[in-house]
Amino acid sequence: MTLLRRLLCLLPLLAAMPVAAQERSITVASTTSTEQSGLFGHILPVFTRETGIAVRVVALGTGQALDVGRRGDADVVLVHDRAAEERFVAEGFGGPRRHVMFNDCVIIGPSADPAGIAGLRDSAAALRRIAAARAPFVSRGDRSGTHAAELRLWSQAGIDPVTGRGQWYREVGQGMGPALNTAAAQDAYVLADRGTWLAFRNRAGLRILVEGDTRLFNQYGVMLVSAARHPTVKVAEAQRFIDWLVGPEGQAAIASYRIGGDQLFFPNAAEREPAD
Amino acid sequence: MQDIGAAFHLVLSGDPAMLAIVGLSLRVSLTAVLIGAVIGLPLGALLAVTRFPGRKAVIVALNALMGLPPVLVGLLVYLLLSRSGPLGAWGLLFTPGAMIVAQTVLVAPILAALSRQALEGLWEEYAEQLRSFGAGPLRAVPTLLWDGRFALLTVLLAGFGRAAAEVGAVMIVGGNIDGYTRVMTTAIALETSKGDLPLAIGLGLVLMAIVLAVNALAQGLREAAARRTG
Amino acid sequence: MPEAAILPLEVAGLGYAAGGVAILDDVSLRIAAGPPMLIIGPNGAGKSVLLRLLHGLLPPARGRIAWAGPEPQAAQAMVFQRPVLLRRSVRANMLYPLALRRLPRAEQLARAEEALALVGLSALADRPARLLSGGEQQRLALGRAAACRPQILFLDEPCASLDPAATRRVEEIIAAIAARGCKVVMTTHDLPQARRLAGELVILHRGRIVEAGPAAHVFAAPSTPEAAAYLRGDLLW
Repeated sequence: MTLLRRLLCLLPLLAAMPVAAQERSITVASTTSTEQSGLFGHILPVFTRETGIAVRVVALGTGQALDVGRRGDADVVLVHDRAAEERFVAEGFGGPRRHVMFNDCVIIGPSADPAGIAGLRDSAAALRRIAAARAPFVSRGDRSGTHAAELRLWSQAGIDPVTGRGQWYREVGQGMGPALNTAAAQDAYVLADRGTWLAFRNRAGLRILVEGDTRLFNQYGVMLVSAARHPTVKVAEAQRFIDWLVGPEGQAAIASYRIGGDQLFFPNAAEREPAD
Repeated sequence: MQDIGAAFHLVLSGDPAMLAIVGLSLRVSLTAVLIGAVIGLPLGALLAVTRFPGRKAVIVALNALMGLPPVLVGLLVYLLLSRSGPLGAWGLLFTPGAMIVAQTVLVAPILAALSRQALEGLWEEYAEQLRSFGAGPLRAVPTLLWDGRFALLTVLLAGFGRAAAEVGAVMIVGGNIDGYTRVMTTAIALETSKGDLPLAIGLGLVLMAIVLAVNALAQGLREAAARRTG
Repeated sequence: MPEAAILPLEVAGLGYAAGGVAILDDVSLRIAAGPPMLIIGPNGAGKSVLLRLLHGLLPPARGRIAWAGPEPQAAQAMVFQRPVLLRRSVRANMLYPLALRRLPRAEQLARAEEALALVGLSALADRPARLLSGGEQQRLALGRAAACRPQILFLDEPCASLDPAATRRVEEIIAAIAARGCKVVMTTHDLPQARRLAGELVILHRGRIVEAGPAAHVFAAPSTPEAAAYLRGDLLW
């Protein structure tokens, strides 16, 4: 009886294995903002239809995505933290780095706006007012690109938010969606990328209060993971994807992605000195 | 709520993306339970029949492993299967195969610990007669596994329930890749983090309905068979 | 079936204790092929423990158990007071010990059929064994033991849980097994049953043998006061 059962159990395992072998595919480590905004769902099928290469996206925070690249578990990394990306290249884990697109972040907050920041264009000034009012502020706290941008803003505002940790400054250590959920539940302010906000459904009393500050623009960069470090990287297919992404078709696909008529991501692969 | 109805409608109407998610959830968890059973049931039976110094410690450790946090298992399996890890050459990370491995690691101790409990009583009942026939403890293992089949079916169900409900392990080693490693639990996590709570709840109810159906089916099988064989 | 005869069995100075209490003390016995040997005595005399020691289910604390031939294990069988049946059909239970002995399949089936006929369960062969009545279950246990063609069959109060009709059928089967040349060694606290079945009689009291010999002699003229009292029907303690 046990012999028969042993044999029977091997069958599903056999069924599970070959799937990986047959399809041509690459693994892309990217951020939750690009996946949850629906961008990948829009542009990747175009690429796959044209080339027959399936793109498998693992969506994590920027820090985690770069770590996945360092370990060689992905072929391509697409994130939005220029400093971290350049460190990645300098350490020899991949490269060269190419611009792909940018989107912007906005400061979300409760309609009641206790810190009085609605309509400001200076995001650092807005943060100063939030700190002064000790109004609840949710931070991602997860080494993501958005988190890095938030920390840069605080430093430009001349404020160390850590002094308010546990009181008005709340770090959730999670992605954009959970951070927004928390902000909605606590009527708190939060820095979010526009794409995730537009796709977010649980808004409660939150709305966009500050936007348009050029400091809030996120630049996305793409890198090929180094085959010298990890010989298993699928260089040909991955390079094909990167070339497509920064080329006319990929850039057009990015530009054509809308939510409710609004464009979320602005392709800028051709730019030499992008707005930062 | 309309979105809960929408979730059920998606499944019943055969929406391909939804069916793929449900199908993958079943495939991963059932495979993990089967492989875990091949490892865990004979191990549990062996523990039930043998006596050796340190046996109590092994049983305590096995019972403790039942409470392994899935996210910890996911992390350990991730480190093993990563290209930079010892088993990186297998290329299993971020594939359904990795999810099966992680859930098997999660479920095997449960199956071993519970089957030991189930079969120990049976061994007490059978031991003298089997030894009279000349069947020592080792030879008794297949006999106990077959004769204890109804109790063991319940054990398998407990393992399946644990596997189908967990999200920590499959999220880390599978990567929740759209159309490839997304299962019901990781889909629920994703929709929750996107703030689409009604859809998440709807998916959750679909998952519960499936687990309920599997349990009901197994209960029916048990009763029918028990009536037939006493 | 093993070739070499394992009887006579010589038992010398057997002793056994549990929890500091001596259960058997200086038991010596010779079991040779022949009519059934009935071991009787009051409850707590140590009858069940003696059977288990002889069959090898318990290790003796003192004394010697010497079989006349090699591999005595395979040539024995035992039936317990409450039958232990597997959760399978009647026929499957019959086949189990035969499969353990790795007999050819055809031989297994033939012996199983013969055993079913011997105990009168042929019509119930495909019934789940645990759905049988108490008497039928015990007959199955007997048939299962007989199918192994043992040279010696130990029976531990096999009729203690059965009604008189079932008891009579079981006794008939035991007699048939004994008639085939198998040595039956059986315990009982039922004196009339002992009178019906015994060829040899052993009386055990407080872990010691107080009388042993051909049944006719012992019943007619017990040589010790305890034996005499027990056979009269007095309570011994």
